[in-house]
Amino acid sequence: MANATLQSAAAPRLRPLGRDLIGLALIALAGLSGYWLFPDNLAFLTRVISVALLVLSLDLVVGYCGIASLGQAALYGAGAYAAGIACINGITDPILLILIGAVAGAVTGLFTGAVMLRAHGLPQLVLSIALVQLLHEAANKASWLTGGSDGLSGMAPAPLFGVFEFDLWGRSAYLFGLCLLLVVFAVLSLIVRSPFGMVCRGLKEDPLRISALGIYAFPVLLKMFVISGAVAGTGGALAAIATQVVGLDSVSFELSANALVMLVLGGIGHLYGALIGTVIFMALEHTVAAINPFHWMTLVGAVLIAIVLFAPRGLSGTLDQIAALLTRRGGRAGR
Amino acid sequence: MTTLFEVSRLSKEFGGLKVSRDISLSMAEGERLALIGPNGAGKTTFVNLVTGRLRPDAGQVRLAGEDVTALGAVQRVRRGLVRTFQVTRLFPDMTPEEHVIMTVLQRHGKATRILARFHGDSAASDEAAEILATLGLTEVARRKVATIAYGQQRLLEIAIALAQRPKVLLLDEPAAGVPSADTPRIEEALARLPASLAVLMIEHDMDLVFRFAKRVVVLAAGELIFEGPPADVARDPLVREAYLGSYAHAGSQA
Repeated sequence: MANATLQSAAAPRLRPLGRDLIGLALIALAGLSGYWLFPDNLAFLTRVISVALLVLSLDLVVGYCGIASLGQAALYGAGAYAAGIACINGITDPILLILIGAVAGAVTGLFTGAVMLRAHGLPQLVLSIALVQLLHEAANKASWLTGGSDGLSGMAPAPLFGVFEFDLWGRSAYLFGLCLLLVVFAVLSLIVRSPFGMVCRGLKEDPLRISALGIYAFPVLLKMFVISGAVAGTGGALAAIATQVVGLDSVSFELSANALVMLVLGGIGHLYGALIGTVIFMALEHTVAAINPFHWMTLVGAVLIAIVLFAPRGLSGTLDQIAALLTRRGGRAGR
Repeated sequence: MTTLFEVSRLSKEFGGLKVSRDISLSMAEGERLALIGPNGAGKTTFVNLVTGRLRPDAGQVRLAGEDVTALGAVQRVRRGLVRTFQVTRLFPDMTPEEHVIMTVLQRHGKATRILARFHGDSAASDEAAEILATLGLTEVARRKVATIAYGQQRLLEIAIALAQRPKVLLLDEPAAGVPSADTPRIEEALARLPASLAVLMIEHDMDLVFRFAKRVVVLAAGELIFEGPPADVARDPLVREAYLGSYAHAGSQA
């Protein structure tokens, strides 16, 4: 029996890592095929990546901690404005700008987390809306710093590594964004499977059980808000570098709500669900809005209703179920 | 034998209704004590007062000589006052192994590490495997909790409690909801709890109480009305009155 215990302890542990590598390879493949297939749409694809980072960051809070938020764009916008303002003031190295965006997002995450974690459920959701509206209004009023409703413009990021310029074609920006996404996705894959990530999952299910284990919820959740802020801020900074404009829409309630819709579409609590949801939502928006700019939201609404009714766990959850059915023969060990 | 756990004159009122009145009891190292009482006697409130989920209006809770009355639930757990739940509180999507590893990691102060792999701590994994083996849960250790039998979930509750290495363990109806065919396994697990552990069992099943506890306290209407060996409990007139015949069958078994 001791032997069996040992064996079962050692066997399936490599699988998650292998799955991560396959996942990363798939993202890279999809990203690169986008590069080859739609060379004229790279600016749009870069925006998809930056929003995907926002939706990933939202998944950390909503999907892994069970905290509903309709104000995630506060963190994204903080990163965008911080990078934009830094760039205008002479810090032009793109990697440094991304770091500045990530730090700004993390700090904003610390504050919004500290406020939001005071409440639970609906009041918490309302707080998240209030926070993003406050930040939106602050960015609007502080026009000397942010450009107000005209937006922040006139930034000129230096070439990446001194070689790859952020030109009109957006090739450098897109590939830079794709690399960022891969790095963030790899790091988050590790984080959600760390002891910390498991405790977050536990807190989502049953906070009382976690406290009965002797674990305080608040610092754990606050940490996740900081990580989430860093990811969202990275997305914002990427958008600032790629478009060289930061507008008030980057700290809007609308963007926050759309991010939540994308997450539900893709499936909460799966990192790749966030990516799938973003790509599908934005592709729909892009194509349908071109055909009928006034009613595209109707179609998105219809798709969302269909998903909630027929695939309540989102697209990724449904894919998981199919995968589970297919691999059932492979034994029940592992997940 | 030293007093490990002591509750003195604990009282709690909800809007004028006294749900706990001057409850005092103490437990020594290694003691097996059962708390029984009819429905509505205030057992749940008592557990909540002791574990720190509720603040008492008056009275003290002492653990290993330290006054923990002002401490919150998490601090009490960290000092060795551990409970199980009457209705299992487990994570349906996690495996028993993951539950126990998380618990062991917490005891080692590593439960919230970000830069570590959950399954990468071999000391924690080994300890978890050992605990699960002593409770006969090795076979289901890798299955999602949602897919294992309720009796096994109850055993897992005990496994988690053991992994916390408590000084005092509160078992809140450990056999509640378990099909009678599985109760012997629960009893077996209870019989093998570490000898030095002080265990307070809250239980309805009188058979289980008689086999497990050396001493019984009876709670009725928020008050302790009896304290003594299990054999005497059913003969006590106050206890009989409190149960008003609803547990009369327990008398014939005593």
